[in-house]
Amino acid sequence: MPKKKSDIIIKMEDVGMEIDGSVASESEGESRREGFACFFEPVLTGICVSVVLYLVVVPSEDSRRTSRGNLKPKPSPAPGRNNQIKRTPTNRSHRRSNEDDSEGYEEEEAPRKTKVNKKKPPKTQDSDEESEVDQSKRTKNGRRVNKQQKEDQNNKDKAREDMKGKGKDKAKVIENGKESKKRNKDTSSSSSSSEDSGEDSMSEGEMTRLKEEVEEKKKLISTLRNKPWRMRRRLECLKDAQQFVEKFEGALGKGKGRKLYAFKVMMTKKWIKFNRDFENFKTACIPWERKIKEVESHFGSSVASYFLFLRWMYGMNLVLFGFVFGLVVIPEVLMGLPYGSIPRKTVPRDEQAKAMDFSVLFEFGGYCKYSFLFYGYYNNQRTIGLLQFRLPLSYLLVGVGSFGYSLMVVIRTMAKNSNEGGDGAEEGDFTFAWKMFTSWDYLIGNSETADNKFASITTSFKESIVDEQENQKDENIHLRRFLRVLANLLILCSLGGSGYLIYYVVKRSQTYANMDEDELSWFEKNEVEFVMSLLGLVCPPLFETIAELEEYHPRIALKWQLGRIFALFLGNLYTFLFALFDEVNAKLEREETIKNATIWAMKEHYSNFSELNNSTAITPLSINPADVMRGPCWETAVGIEFMKLTVSDIQVTYLTILFGDFLRALAVRFLNYCWCWDLEAGFPSYAEFDISGNVLGLIFNQGMIWMGAFYAPGLVGLNVLRLLTSMYFQCWAVMTCNVPHERVFKASKSNNFYMGLLLLILFLSMLPVVYTIMTLPPSFDCGPFSGKQKMYDVIIETIDKDLPAFLGTLFTYAANPGLIIPAVLLMVLAIYYLNSVSKAYKHANNELRKKMQMQRDEEKNRRNNKDSTNQVMKDLEDLLPKKSPISASAKENAEVRSELGDKPSKVSQKPGAVATGRGVNLQRDVSLAMANPRMAVTRPPGPRGPSALPGNTLQVPGGRGRGRGQNPRR
Amino acid sequence: MDYTNNPDVKLPLALIINMPELKENPFRNRIVESFSEDGLGNISFNDFVDMFSVLSETAPRELKAIYAFKIYDFNTDNFICKEDLEKTLNKLTREELTPEEVNLVCEKAIEEADMDGDNKLCFTDFENMISRAPDFLSTFHIRI
Repeated sequence: MPKKKSDIIIKMEDVGMEIDGSVASESEGESRREGFACFFEPVLTGICVSVVLYLVVVPSEDSRRTSRGNLKPKPSPAPGRNNQIKRTPTNRSHRRSNEDDSEGYEEEEAPRKTKVNKKKPPKTQDSDEESEVDQSKRTKNGRRVNKQQKEDQNNKDKAREDMKGKGKDKAKVIENGKESKKRNKDTSSSSSSSEDSGEDSMSEGEMTRLKEEVEEKKKLISTLRNKPWRMRRRLECLKDAQQFVEKFEGALGKGKGRKLYAFKVMMTKKWIKFNRDFENFKTACIPWERKIKEVESHFGSSVASYFLFLRWMYGMNLVLFGFVFGLVVIPEVLMGLPYGSIPRKTVPRDEQAKAMDFSVLFEFGGYCKYSFLFYGYYNNQRTIGLLQFRLPLSYLLVGVGSFGYSLMVVIRTMAKNSNEGGDGAEEGDFTFAWKMFTSWDYLIGNSETADNKFASITTSFKESIVDEQENQKDENIHLRRFLRVLANLLILCSLGGSGYLIYYVVKRSQTYANMDEDELSWFEKNEVEFVMSLLGLVCPPLFETIAELEEYHPRIALKWQLGRIFALFLGNLYTFLFALFDEVNAKLEREETIKNATIWAMKEHYSNFSELNNSTAITPLSINPADVMRGPCWETAVGIEFMKLTVSDIQVTYLTILFGDFLRALAVRFLNYCWCWDLEAGFPSYAEFDISGNVLGLIFNQGMIWMGAFYAPGLVGLNVLRLLTSMYFQCWAVMTCNVPHERVFKASKSNNFYMGLLLLILFLSMLPVVYTIMTLPPSFDCGPFSGKQKMYDVIIETIDKDLPAFLGTLFTYAANPGLIIPAVLLMVLAIYYLNSVSKAYKHANNELRKKMQMQRDEEKNRRNNKDSTNQVMKDLEDLLPKKSPISASAKENAEVRSELGDKPSKVSQKPGAVATGRGVNLQRDVSLAMANPRMAVTRPPGPRGPSALPGNTLQVPGGRGRGRGQNPRR
Repeated sequence: MDYTNNPDVKLPLALIINMPELKENPFRNRIVESFSEDGLGNISFNDFVDMFSVLSETAPRELKAIYAFKIYDFNTDNFICKEDLEKTLNKLTREELTPEEVNLVCEKAIEEADMDGDNKLCFTDFENMISRAPDFLSTFHIRI
């Protein structure tokens, strides 16, 4: 931009049309300046001020010349309009020099070079038109300059340019000052003569400079759109630069690779677009993202975290489902024996009458019981089908593998979550500011989305406000501690009480179990379940009430609540398990007798057969599979128990939502028209979404699935269905009948707490399953392991029969305790080591965080000059006899200087310099010039203030800090 | 509209803010105003191109920051002061926060970002803050 202007000026003066030229350049400069000012007013004004002041400070032309080495723009001595025009280039270079001080000099030099270079073309054209009158003078001048240039021939471009620049400067000054025509011509000729001399050395140095120039222009073209200018100005600039490049590129043999460049640009654009589309596609592939976002925007991230958890759970269960169905169920259904072929796949005769009744099917009896849903259906054939699929082995491996997979996934997710910013540790230096300025997504063009976005922004602000209020709360620590201890005591008491109650009830139920069924009332039969559900109903609200004593942040309160209810439910779970084990043991006993009976019957048959037929060829007994005597098959019974439990859990959950939330909301909404008090604001109100209850429900349900999946492969499928429906159902329910929490709070970034609970449940549910696999004998007449002593025998069998012998020996070695114990020891050591390493990292992390915080505070304090928190400074100030204005200003002065020492660029760039920063800019100029005090000392050093402050000693004997820069004006 | 003969056509604010890209934006008035040369929201073609060039995906962060500052500076005094913040906040939340909450948020925002202690945000403060914001680039752009 500035280059063009100067170009114009030179042309004009060469042709001798100074008046028009000056007018044109003036108007152009003005308009440009206007645009500039609009865009970058703060910076510009600040710099303008500094430039003006600088000009004022500079006393004579000589000193100005000496100041060329400074980072200062070269000022022109003549005041007025001309100054304004010329400031445009200087401003720009100045701004750039702020960006990179080291380059400041070259940057400043650039426009000057341009001037020199640009004179060339006009010179060649216009020199002929030069008036002959000035010929003599011109040659004279030219000779002088020529001489000098010969002296400086050896790469002393700077000096030469200085000369030229000076001459040109003068020329411009004179021209714009509207001096007499003759003199004007004189100077112009002098400048053109200097160009003459430049022409002499055009060969190499000029050539390279021209190349640089073209390069710079090209750079300008490519970065033009990054400049904060008005479009018109950009267009002008672009046109200029393009013309320049076009003009000189041919001469310099440039311009190749243009196509390549265009191609590159096109490709990058395509690539960006592709990436964007791909991102969109990826986002579109995430299921329920919009649903969850919608919930989040209205109910906050804490409620959304439940749904995220649900979705995660769904994903995991889908994989489990894939394993179980792909490797167990489908092979059995496709390749195994069909229904009705063998006893275990047939409904017994006495059950057949009712086998299709809904009530029976609903209890998973009848056809359900003898279907692929349960363990008992699977055959113990070693291989099935054409593929020689080893079903029993696959069954065992899938059962164990699903635990392995779940463990891996849970732990990996936990690790990933803890990597992602940890728990609640936000690096939020700018929480509110960022929320304020970056939360609106400018891409939103859909009104529905916009509504959601508004809601979500409001919610997120509310969340942050709650956090902030929690931080600001100053509290009576002792009272709070006391209350918290009290609350924990109360909760422990109620937990202990409920534990005892469960124990008591279970004991009683065991005595009832020994009694005759008919003597027991309905209540006595269902006592355990009744007490359990009562506890589950009463305890959570009780805990919540007690938790109010503690006044934790809602997020932490939620964790406590979760932990407490979890403890309560654990009792529930384990009672159920113990009851189940009792049942299994009873079944095992019964099975033993039946097994003996069948063996006895078989022997009878054989003996009878051989006795009757007198032949050794025994034909097997041919009975209808439905009539075969069979054992109780405890595995299927366990599977059915879990199935029933899951189904009843689903029922309870959905009915609670339907009645507890939906009907309540309906009643509140519509009865409100004819009720004595305000139902919506008053007592019943709408329900809040119960995060803790829902999360725990989900976790315990998953525990049931893990425990039961081994005995009922169909359970996984059922669970997938359940999660799927509950996603839709709960999303709908929460949006229609719930209200946001009173204090919407932010969920912790990683929902590792949920994951931790899940891991615990996974472990707890793994124990009984592994125990049964390892110790209990499988049923003799049902399931894939029938006929074996232990379930894991199937692995040993495979190793023996299918794998090469050396692998078998390898396994025996690996199973050697001598090898296992060192391995375990090694692992423990590794865990210990890694743990200590991670602790050290955490420590270092915290230290660094502290340091950063401190640095930030320090910086802030340094900038908050007036009310500095530096206690020493304050004390010193208090020690002063009087707060004399001098000391105050001196202090400010000192601070300003220290500030400048640190971040000069910031200060000078500060757009606010107009209003408050005037003094700051002043100080800057002066302090920069301090090495070379150029101003005339106009008065003797004034009386110093008491030099209690370090800043005072730095004070220049020039008087008050503020106005010092203006002194020379007087 | 005869654009060929009279290229200096300006569209009024009311027309521009109804384009689908801006229709839902709570700051649409400010956007148009700060890109218009007269500051009143009358947009010429150049201004229009300007606007979408700055709001395009490829515009650099510094440029975006400058214009974001202009947009959020409601009273165009080159500072984002508390009034501006309140206006921003009320537009963002559709005035659903209580005055105390608004006050709290504005004070916190200033406290966080104000580095020179003048209780308002100058451009340096703003740039310093916005340059570290993770979402700024992804949210401050419009595709047309």
